[in-house]
Amino acid sequence: MDFAFLSETFFKLLAGFPLTVNLAVLSLAGGGVLALLLNMARASGWLGARFADFYVFLFRGSPLLIQIFLIYYGLGNFPAVRESFLWPFLREPYWCALLALILNDAAYTAEILRGGFRAVPRGAVEAAEACGMSRLTRLRRITLPVAIRQALPAYSNEVISMFKSTALASTVTLMEVTGIARAEVSATYRAIEIFLCAAVLYLVSTLLITRALRLLETRLSPWLAGNRA
Amino acid sequence: MDYDWELLGFGPDGWGPVLLRAAGVTVAVSVTAFLLGVVLGTLCAWAKIGGNRPVRAAAEAYTVILRGIPDLLVIYLFYFGGRQVVAWAGGMLGLQGPFDISGFAAGAIAIGLISGAGQAEVFRGAYHAIPVGSLEAARVVGMRRFLMFRRIIAPQALSTAIPGLGNQWQSVIKESALVSVTGLVETMRQVTVAAGSTEMPFFFFAAGAVIYLIITSISGLVFKGAELWSQRGQAPARL
Repeated sequence: MDFAFLSETFFKLLAGFPLTVNLAVLSLAGGGVLALLLNMARASGWLGARFADFYVFLFRGSPLLIQIFLIYYGLGNFPAVRESFLWPFLREPYWCALLALILNDAAYTAEILRGGFRAVPRGAVEAAEACGMSRLTRLRRITLPVAIRQALPAYSNEVISMFKSTALASTVTLMEVTGIARAEVSATYRAIEIFLCAAVLYLVSTLLITRALRLLETRLSPWLAGNRA
Repeated sequence: MDYDWELLGFGPDGWGPVLLRAAGVTVAVSVTAFLLGVVLGTLCAWAKIGGNRPVRAAAEAYTVILRGIPDLLVIYLFYFGGRQVVAWAGGMLGLQGPFDISGFAAGAIAIGLISGAGQAEVFRGAYHAIPVGSLEAARVVGMRRFLMFRRIIAPQALSTAIPGLGNQWQSVIKESALVSVTGLVETMRQVTVAAGSTEMPFFFFAAGAVIYLIITSISGLVFKGAELWSQRGQAPARL
């Protein structure tokens, strides 16, 4: 075991960690907002519901890698896109990868949130209506808090999954942890050590995230603590 | 933008035949990986349910590790790491390089390991959903372990596990796109090549996405059918 090499590699990989976290946090935030909008569209009527269904079908039925490539390599095909004000963003691999991650995350999160909304007791919504709460107040005070608590265990899996999915950003040249690992392997041909180093970095992060989310779960729903298998 | 739909056809300029073959490779990698996952998942669920302490700890470690590492990294590890091991072994035997390993094998093993970790949880949940009474009854009539597994546990657990297994299968198909990094010519790789040589990336990546959507939709219907079949003669679940 070449510990000097391992620790050197570890610090090199650590340089990509901020970008990994950045992608994960922003894609979860953007995906969360979009997922909420999709659920509001679903509640708005037949057309909105069909749109949400189709969106979820599209993004859950195809691989994230193809979505990233479609945005990064594909959008530039259209002169309309190249001439639009969005082009300075859409020609950057960072924004393309982030956009793909957001759109992808929104589909999964929308389904999780839908399950959460279904678990909100009808009576609670009716009571809020009877008190004269507006739609937005109702969402903020009644349905969303209940739905989020209900959806949190499933959402924890989605957070972990998104954190791992950021590795795909390396396929469009982004130098996050996996991208750096890949470059180091081409430079040194020591695939096993370097990729294992990266794996340890991801593993420790996902374990910490899991732990933190479980704490959040017990904090938000203390009456359920210990009851969940 | 005008698209030449002939490009997807089977004519002289058409990419139809190669795309179809690539779709076949995608299905083949996915099926191999999924079956490996079934074997690993069953063993792992068995270890978690009936194993002694070290066996249980090993099974637990396997699921935690495989679920905590990005799929892409696992594939890299198996493909590039595998090449490194083969080159080292070849060098020890005094063979001359270059050495290479099959992208199909490395990819299928990597995805099979990932899927096995997920399937273990599905099988474990399904086992726990079996009514205890039916296990006790089987023991009372004197069934041996294997007979009990075949007649009592497997039929009931599989029926509960079908929806979960369906989800795992869908993830396997989508993960199989990552095997393209090894150079294996499956759907993802083939559309990338087509996109490059025709300079029509949007068209071909969209076509690739549609191929995946077709595969996931058809297999979704198959799993739905299997679920209905496995529940024939039972009262539907009520909420």
